[in-house]
Amino acid sequence: MAVIGYVEWRGGEFRKSAYEVVSQAKRLAKELGTDAVAVVIGKGVREKAGEFAAYGADGILVADSEQFEHFIPDVYARLLEQAVNQTGARFVLLAHTTLGRDVAPRLAARLAAPDVSDIISMNWQGDHLEVLRPVYAGKVRVTVAIGKEPAVVTLRPKMFEADDTLGGAGNVEDLKAEIDWDKVLYKVTELKKSAAGKMDLTEADIIVSGGRGMKGPENFKILEELAELLGGVVGASRAAVDAGWRPHSDQVGQTGKTVSPTLYIACGISGAIQHLAGMSSSKYIVAINKDPEAPIFQVANYGIVGDLFEVVPALTEVLRKELGK
Amino acid sequence: MKIGVLVKRVPDTEARITVGADGKSIDESGIEFIISPYDEIAVEVALQLKEKHGGEVVVVCYGPKEAATVVRKALAMGADRAVLITESTKEHEPAQTAKVLSSVLKEEGFDLILAGRQAIDDDSAQVGPMLAEILGLPCVTDASKLEFDPAAKKAVVHKEIEGGEETVEVSTPAIITCQKGIAEPRLPSLKGIMMAKRKPLKEAQPAEEPELMTKVVKMDYPPKRPPGRIIGEGTEAVGELVRLLKEEAKIL
Repeated sequence: MAVIGYVEWRGGEFRKSAYEVVSQAKRLAKELGTDAVAVVIGKGVREKAGEFAAYGADGILVADSEQFEHFIPDVYARLLEQAVNQTGARFVLLAHTTLGRDVAPRLAARLAAPDVSDIISMNWQGDHLEVLRPVYAGKVRVTVAIGKEPAVVTLRPKMFEADDTLGGAGNVEDLKAEIDWDKVLYKVTELKKSAAGKMDLTEADIIVSGGRGMKGPENFKILEELAELLGGVVGASRAAVDAGWRPHSDQVGQTGKTVSPTLYIACGISGAIQHLAGMSSSKYIVAINKDPEAPIFQVANYGIVGDLFEVVPALTEVLRKELGK
Repeated sequence: MKIGVLVKRVPDTEARITVGADGKSIDESGIEFIISPYDEIAVEVALQLKEKHGGEVVVVCYGPKEAATVVRKALAMGADRAVLITESTKEHEPAQTAKVLSSVLKEEGFDLILAGRQAIDDDSAQVGPMLAEILGLPCVTDASKLEFDPAAKKAVVHKEIEGGEETVEVSTPAIITCQKGIAEPRLPSLKGIMMAKRKPLKEAQPAEEPELMTKVVKMDYPPKRPPGRIIGEGTEAVGELVRLLKEEAKIL
């Protein structure tokens, strides 16, 4: 018996969400009266795997090999399946990242287990797990009862707290699975990091987003300056992406990313329903827009009616002084 | 060459979603349904491959009878024929959908299977990778670029990951789930719409609809945000904004 937390390692580091996953695995394990086990897969991960003990890992299963340098869905699923068999795990928790979304369904299919994606909270009901997940891009949410174990769930990043005081035993063991490499038909030939290791929108604490009101790609420079000053990243509305001003990886909304930063600054974004769906769970929303009737003001904690080309640079300037930069 | 495309019928992204009378599902009255946008992109990718390499594009859908409308749209875009597996239940989970689809996909024996990265209703993003496991095929998710070489039975796929991009090589048949940016879906032409009416759309019953392992207990709304507040106009409001961010929000 155990609760497994899969720890994601990519491009030479653990993802932020990995710590959240391990801490949540520990919280659930406590309720079930069992252990939390972190599963670490990658190349050169053994040395660093120990840090998950503080976050609640009682056991740490490590598959460290040259062969696991890149994420190969079926190989990682096979390793996780082995970890489930080895520990008798009742639940497997993963982060709902591109990797988690890819490997979780495969693992579930292998185990004939249920898989519930992108959950934002969970509750142990004494005999089964209940999870809450947004659907329709967050317009509504469903509470789902999981009626079968083992079960796989993916956790939305930033929704569960990483806690380095949970103190697990942290016993490191090897995770070994027989892999028929001849049958692996998937090969990663290149991994490119985006410029300056840009943080993903889903992991950012501060997002400065631009919409149709930006008028052109060159004007996003003022948003980038503001974002950089605040240690945030730049996002965009569908209008700005469809116009070709920003890459689609920047898009926030129903056909883009759902984000929950501490601060979301919407500049020149009117607030179409599909955009609001993707960012309404932000803690604080600032809206800067010329049109006082724009729907974005209905969700903004702090709205400023005005020309963003004046307001944004002024804001950057005041903040620069304020932050002493 | 035979390409299969999985499509799902979903509410329009602009639709206002309300909880239905049962408290467990949405109220469908007055909602317009569309092909899930990422699936529509997958249809476009398939059509472009067909234009380049020849062959046949087959749309496969699991859903209610009414899904015929969105399936026809894919045919109007240029797909050759369609299989609509009609559901006998309204309650679904990805494992069941994958199982139902897998029998048709096995039967058809596609050289390539395309789908959207996720359906925009339940946002689970599970069916593609689950099918890969059931069918024993490689699967690349979130593809933003695809080069398919049918002769060499090989596909090179660019996929977006957090903070970067991966290039992946897979042997085909394979399943590829499509992200925005890989292609821009075409609008059906008038001729296409006329022709779609005569294209074969086969309705099939699911071989089996496996029992669900999860159950929706309730559907509700996210917590309401405090009412929006406009703090001022123009650059004069900037000072107040900074003060609020500092003292009220305690962000700075």
